[in-house]
Amino acid sequence: MTTRHDLHTLTGAYALHALDEDERAAFRRHLDHCDSCAQEAAEFSATAARLGLAAVDTPRPVLREQVLRRVTAVRQEPPGSAAAAPARWRGTPRRRRAAQWALAACLAGAVGLGGVAAWQHDRAERAHVAAQRAEQRVSDISAVLSAPDARTARARFDGGADGTLVVSRRLDRAVFVAAGMDRPPGGKVYQLWLNDHGTMRPAGLMDPGRESEAVLLHGDVVSASGVGITLEPAGGSDRPTSAPIALVAFPA
Amino acid sequence: MKEPVFIGRKPVAEPDLEELVGRVALGDQEAFAAVYDVVAGPVLGVVRSVLRDRAQSEEVMQEVLVEVWRTAPRYRSDRGTAINWILTLAHRRAVDRVRSVEASAEREHKAALLDQLPEYDEVTEQVQTRLEREQVRRCLRTLTELQHQAVTLAYYRGLTYRQVAEALALPLGTVKTRLRDGLIRLRDCLGVTA
Repeated sequence: MTTRHDLHTLTGAYALHALDEDERAAFRRHLDHCDSCAQEAAEFSATAARLGLAAVDTPRPVLREQVLRRVTAVRQEPPGSAAAAPARWRGTPRRRRAAQWALAACLAGAVGLGGVAAWQHDRAERAHVAAQRAEQRVSDISAVLSAPDARTARARFDGGADGTLVVSRRLDRAVFVAAGMDRPPGGKVYQLWLNDHGTMRPAGLMDPGRESEAVLLHGDVVSASGVGITLEPAGGSDRPTSAPIALVAFPA
Repeated sequence: MKEPVFIGRKPVAEPDLEELVGRVALGDQEAFAAVYDVVAGPVLGVVRSVLRDRAQSEEVMQEVLVEVWRTAPRYRSDRGTAINWILTLAHRRAVDRVRSVEASAEREHKAALLDQLPEYDEVTEQVQTRLEREQVRRCLRTLTELQHQAVTLAYYRGLTYRQVAEALALPLGTVKTRLRDGLIRLRDCLGVTA
């Protein structure tokens, strides 16, 4: 059992984010009752920030554009739990917002990484924007994203687009979430393929009018080892006619 | 949830960051762009010092900035400066990422860990931070070797103190106190108050 004295010596580890979740929670409860610990933890947090400031790096300019573009689609939290939502959200239909958060929650559960909440939210919003015209599709997709055995893999394309593949072997289904895709050239479309160990099987088309979309892949998933994307003539092809622009292996 | 404690005096002269964050809280995208310009470099630096990998670090940096946008309405200046809030968030996110991705693998590479202590020359030199960096380096040198290793592994490598104990083959209690003693020395050397 951890004694009070032990807890007090954890101020350093706490400020450096060096506690595991259980201890962190216990220590936070302790802080509520220990003013001197809270003071010390605060000073240590500020000290840790100085360690951080010593490590400035220069971000590539493209990252700035991406972030500024992303936040235009990200809803801000209200100031406090009791506070009213900001005025510009007042007119938003309740249902749409509920669906947005539900999808965010699904993605959060599916991805299972504690540190990517913002990314998940953003991605979920993008996925939702792409999916809002088809509620059924959202619910099918959500089933995959929220499946207990769902696993994810990510891919980055040339030009800054990225894709997330979410696979549930139990449901035998997979969802591909693309964000920031370049428009395909006129008369072309992005086609998704399931990779049966070298043989590509058509798995669906992406909407050429959207840069971000969540696609429920056609066909059974269990036998496949990954997903490929090619640029094909409108309407799609029976087999790939061009080299893949991306290949994503199914997550282990 | 994992709400970080953030507090302290402004580590660098950024006259308007609190005010900018206040405007961001009202949905001001121009103010957000200005916040980005101030904090993106430090955030990327913190994240990269933990994650090492550039692509992953850029991703987490962007996540942190989006999180700043999203949660700016909840930021309270009476609980600490904006830069500390943001850097605490950045470090937390980087640590979460490293633990989720590398936790098990890292335990198997204790020896390698010790070779990966941060080399400051790896990050881009920036005139406005050189003084800050020099001061931090100078103060890090005032730590005992054990304090220095423990603090560096925890902060710059994102290890839990248990992992630090394993990596350094030290009892848990020793690591706890080394981390605390090390931070006391750093705090006093850097003149940090809260």
